[in-house]
Amino acid sequence: MICERCGKKEASVHLTRIINGEKEEIHLCEECARKSSKFNPDDNLSFQSLLSGILNQNFSDKNSPTLNNSQSKNLVCKNCGLSYREFTEKGFFGCQKCYQTFADKLSPLLKRIHGNIQHTGKQPESFLQKSEIESEITKLKEEMQKAVEQENFEHAAEIRDKIHAVKEDMEADNDEK
Amino acid sequence: MMKNNVINDWQIKNGKEKDVVLSSRIRLARNLKEYKFPNRSNFQEKNKLINNLKDKLCFLTDQSYDFYLMNNLSVVERNVLHEEYLISNNHVQNPEAKALFLNNKNNISIMINEEDHLRIQILKPGFEFNNIWDEINHLDDQLEEKLEYAFSKKWGYLTSCPTNVGTALRASVMCHLPALVLSGRIDNILGAVGKLGLTVRGVSGEGSNSVAELFQISNQITLGFTEVEIMEKLESVIKQIITEERKSRKYLLRNNFLNLKDNVLRSLGVLKYAYSLDESEALKYLSIIKFGQDTNLIEEKLDHNLFSKLLFRIKKAHLLYNSEKELESKDLNIKRAKIIRNELNRE
Repeated sequence: MICERCGKKEASVHLTRIINGEKEEIHLCEECARKSSKFNPDDNLSFQSLLSGILNQNFSDKNSPTLNNSQSKNLVCKNCGLSYREFTEKGFFGCQKCYQTFADKLSPLLKRIHGNIQHTGKQPESFLQKSEIESEITKLKEEMQKAVEQENFEHAAEIRDKIHAVKEDMEADNDEK
Repeated sequence: MMKNNVINDWQIKNGKEKDVVLSSRIRLARNLKEYKFPNRSNFQEKNKLINNLKDKLCFLTDQSYDFYLMNNLSVVERNVLHEEYLISNNHVQNPEAKALFLNNKNNISIMINEEDHLRIQILKPGFEFNNIWDEINHLDDQLEEKLEYAFSKKWGYLTSCPTNVGTALRASVMCHLPALVLSGRIDNILGAVGKLGLTVRGVSGEGSNSVAELFQISNQITLGFTEVEIMEKLESVIKQIITEERKSRKYLLRNNFLNLKDNVLRSLGVLKYAYSLDESEALKYLSIIKFGQDTNLIEEKLDHNLFSKLLFRIKKAHLLYNSEKELESKDLNIKRAKIIRNELNRE
């Protein structure tokens, strides 16, 4: 038997498909068979549909059983209006706030994709500075609390002013951007 | 209108391990805190972002950049940029409210309103991650001084697709692996690479097929490892692939010298004298000639970067670019063959 596609080589691959009761037989040589999309039913499987498959799985994350599936499907990001359902269909977040909105569902999802859930790489300089400032403020607040408990109100007021100054510096930095 | 010199620069220079690795690339995805991601923004919002970035990126003074609105470029011009890997297919097909910053050496591109607000990319010839990382990291720092990135301590740089979150870094190399293909070892090796969390795809071909034995290898995972760890892992795998490819070349030469030499010189003959060549035929022979050059099967003196030099110039948009009249595909094939002939017959 000769290949139906190229009409040159010997057909060595014989495919029978039955769709809705209709039988279809195809005889191809090896080369044409490799090229034929009928042998690759998944050719149309796009990256996004694969991803959407992963997203749609009902993850059983023992650490954060805060949401059941129907609840989570109704979650909507307040900033951009994207629902969790849309996210699982499209595979794209709508804005950075979505990460917070869908936070409970994300760890198991990201674990599936990356095998990890904690970023260890580069951090923006401004972010590092900010977290330094934030921890400084926390420290100062604790000191102030201690001073109040010891009824050293003068010292507490000094610390309060310091906190104000640090906060103002931070805001001024932000305004420059 | 695009500047005329937006063709060929970085590809034709020498680079490390260039007998196997043609080029290396790193791209970073970045988003701005105060804007919705491009897939969720309307044209007005996207244009606002473009204008904002245009004002803020003019401070980049290390190099001079040109700014292009995709809508102001012709389809051919956009395709030229795409063929040189400077913009994505999405930037070609849907140009509305998309933009590009491109440096004068044409190897640093910042795409605006692609899948993410910013897609920053640096390309270099040969096997070259360290230099690229230093450069792109510095550029990222400079941008970050002026822009507020969407970032979380837990998840890193926030991207519109969850597959990019974390470092949002994709490092990749383009490899020429003719001996691994010829000896049939390629499937095994690429399968193993896939198991290590790296992605391989054929370049210029459909799916994982490759027309000119060109393969792109890149990292898949972006979260949970530092940028340097990601690159080191990729580097160590690529070093092994380089070693295996060279081993196979030696083996093939020892056992099949006559056939290989004959095939290489015949291919040279075809390219020197053909009057019409379609793209895949041209790529096929150019790939064989690169193999011949790298294994010293060709004694005649040819430009060492012949392959990288011609790889882009023979593609459709490059042929159409600067052409005065409309070209049909038969004209394209004639023009392609002429460019190759001229390059090969040059004394």
